[in-house]
Formats: sequence, structure tokens, C-alpha cells
Amino acid sequence: MSRVSRAALSLVFALTLWQGIVWATDVPHFILPGPARVGAALLDNAALLMGQAGFTLSNLAMGLTAGIGLGILTALNLALSPAARLLLRPLMVFAQAVPIFALAPIITLWLGYGAPSKIVMVALITYFPVTSAFFDGLMRLPTALDDLCHQMQARPFRRLILIQLPHALPALGSGLRLAAVQAPFAVIIAEWVGASRGLGHLMLLSNGRGQTDLMFAALIVLAAISLCLFTAADRLARFWDKGR
Amino acid sequence: MTTPLAVHLSGDLMLGARMLARGLDLHCPAASWTVLLGPSGVGKSTLARLLAGLPCPAHLTGQITASDGASLEGRATLMAQTDQLLPWADVLGNITLGARLRGQKPDRTRAMALLDRIGLAGLAHRKPATLSGGQRQRVALARTLMEDRPLVILDEPFSALDAATRAMMQDLAADTLQGRCVILITHDPLEAARMANRAYLLGPQGAGSIALPDTQIPRALSDPATLETQALLYQRLMGKVA
Repeated sequence: MSRVSRAALSLVFALTLWQGIVWATDVPHFILPGPARVGAALLDNAALLMGQAGFTLSNLAMGLTAGIGLGILTALNLALSPAARLLLRPLMVFAQAVPIFALAPIITLWLGYGAPSKIVMVALITYFPVTSAFFDGLMRLPTALDDLCHQMQARPFRRLILIQLPHALPALGSGLRLAAVQAPFAVIIAEWVGASRGLGHLMLLSNGRGQTDLMFAALIVLAAISLCLFTAADRLARFWDKGR
Repeated sequence: MTTPLAVHLSGDLMLGARMLARGLDLHCPAASWTVLLGPSGVGKSTLARLLAGLPCPAHLTGQITASDGASLEGRATLMAQTDQLLPWADVLGNITLGARLRGQKPDRTRAMALLDRIGLAGLAHRKPATLSGGQRQRVALARTLMEDRPLVILDEPFSALDAATRAMMQDLAADTLQGRCVILITHDPLEAARMANRAYLLGPQGAGSIALPDTQIPRALSDPATLETQALLYQRLMGKVA
């Protein structure tokens, strides 16, 4: 059986179980709507969901680009400059100990209810795992390759680009996987703390109005986005892992 | 290539306070192969790293000097047992690595000519993972030749190859490294018997000189003198002859 058909089978199983529980317990639909009802909500509110998802997705994309880009640049700089390592590494360790999600209210206070606070949250959440995974990969050069650079009298920057960077790509891949998992959390939490648009905002709103089916529909759209994001990161990481 | 270079190494080889080899006095003449033969654990690879100027935990109480009096820095290259090929770069990319790391323009014409010479023509754009062990060591040899250094240190580069491939690599190396000061480190008596113009047996008590047939290298495997030398070296390695 192919991977797709196995995934489809377990999805059908989960949906059946879900619908079964709804029928068996006769739970009110504003507590737990069945899959059929959620499906209907998904279709009825397709335009609304797409609009909100677009806002969330664009913040997610911009935050990821900023976080990953800055993370890669930071790691490269740290690898190249001992002075930067001396100054920034203790800060990096400290920053990783701070629960970044707890910063969401402050960031919203500073940047408001619009897109910037969401972008910054996503960037912050993705920046640290990308930086630290990539930096570790850059610094963990096998002795054999280090010897090669040494006896070939490599220039530090050339060594970084030609040897350290390609060697560290699998490590960067693991950082991207982590970032892909964390980023959707970050954007939703930022929207929960304060937003006027977005899937997270829609979930809060529909929850408050007892539109549980719409909330579930928003959740499904969010899950689909997360899954696509992770699959993309995973594909890239596997590609880099290949042949090592 | 620059003028032929001879190298002299003297002193005690120390690892911290522990002595690995005492009173070394190794003369490695120009344009010839000097073999350092010894069992594992007497600091052969350490010597290789010192000669190549690589970072190394051990140190020498004496010094390593070149016949022309100048520093050896940048004039030595080490070929190790592992081929050290970059898995993400193709064969051509691997053998032109030195120039690219130094920020120079790689000489592709010379690289292709070298590939042709070591029998890898047509494999320029293959990745190392698709090559056999013997082919990979040929690429490593080509990379060493590309560097064009007067002092070449070979640290058991053929020891992981099968017997026939090893003999072919020895012939190829003898041919392509002609005119350089080559220091071959090995634990294989046959390799020493075939390849050495001069040989030292390494042990904790220092290095003893070894008598060798006065013939051209690589010596034929079928030559009785080669086999006799091999037998003699086995005996000395096993400690039967002082």
C-alpha cells in the first residue's frame, strides 16, 4: 500500500471515530461538532477562511524569511569571527532560556495589533533554533577536512563558504524542521494576544460566539498550513542529508 | 615544481611528558622516497602531522629543517589514509579545491590533464560516493599533485585498499611524484620493500636505518630482492633481529 493510501485510510478511521463519538454521546454541537458539520462550515465559510488564512500565511512567510535569514547570517558571522562568538554566544544561550511565547503581550504592546507583531513573533521563534543548529554544524568540522583547509592555506572566508557551509547544511536542515514546527504556534499565539484579522483571531471570535464548527474549520486550515510547512522543511532537510 | 628539497628531522618526539620516540635523526633526501616503517602506536602519524605542519598534540624537542634553509610552511602536503574528499563536490571540484580555498583561479586544463594521467579521464563530474575505494584514492592523489608541493607526506594512504589496487597505486604514486621529497609512512613491510630509497624502522628507542636493495623504485613484486627485504623487515618488526 502506498504512503498516500495509508494516510488516507488512517484519516478515514479518525473521522469515523470522531463522528461515532458525536452520535454515541449525543454531545451538543457547540461543544463538539461532528466532522460532517465542520466540513459544511469549511465550505460555507470558504471565502472568509481563505481571507483570514491569507493574512496569517503572509505573516508566517515574512516572519520565517526574516527569522531564517537572520539566523543564517548570525551563524555565519559567529563561525567567522571569534570576537562575535565571545560577545554574542552568552547572549544566545540566555535568549534561548527565555520563553519567547511569554513575550507575545509585550511585543503586541510595542508593535500593535497589526502584522508587525505577528512577523516579529515568528521571526523570534525561528531565529534561535536556526542560528544554534546551523552554528553547531559550521563549527563541528571533521578533523580530516580541517587538516585539508590547514595545509591548503585556506582563507577563512573561503573555508567558511566552500567547506564549513556545505558540511553544515544537514544541521541547518534540522534547524529548519524545528522552525517549521514552532512558527505556526508563534503566529497563532500572537493573534490570540491581540489581532483584528487572521486564523487565530477567527478561532477566538468563533469560540466566543459559540460557532464551534467554524473554530474547528479554522483549526483544520491551520493544521493544513502547518503540515505543508513541515513537509517542505523536511524535504529540504532530507535532500541535504542525502549522500552524506 | 621548485628545486628539489631534502628534509632533516631530529630530536625526541614527546607527547606531554611521555616520550614516543627517542633521538630521531631522519634524513629524507631530495627526489627520493623515505619510508618510515613501524608498528601502530609509535607516533608515525604524529610525525606525519609534524612534518606537514598540521596542529598536533605532540611536539619535537629538535627541529625539522629543509635543505635550502627556508621554512617548510606551505611547501608540504599530506595525503592521509582517509581520502578526505568532499562528498558534495565532484571529482574536478575536489582536485581544484586548494586553488579555490586560496581564492585563486583553478587551473582546469591542468586538472583535466592530471585526471587523464592518473586514469580517471571521463570521471571529472562524478561525485565521490559513486567511485570505488581505489578511484577515490586516485582522486586524492590528483588533489595532492595539483598542490604541487616539493615535500609530500604519505600517511598510509594505500593501507585500506585491496592488494592489487594497492600495488597499482604504488606504481602510480612512484611515477607521478618523481622528483619530490616523498616521506611514506607505513606498517606494511612489502610496501616499504617496494617503495623505499631509504627506510627507517621506528620504535620507542628511536629510528633504525634499514638496508635496502640498490635498485629503482617501485621494485618489482617478482624481484627476489624485494621479497627478501620484505622477509627481513618482518623479522625486524617482530623483534627477532636487533
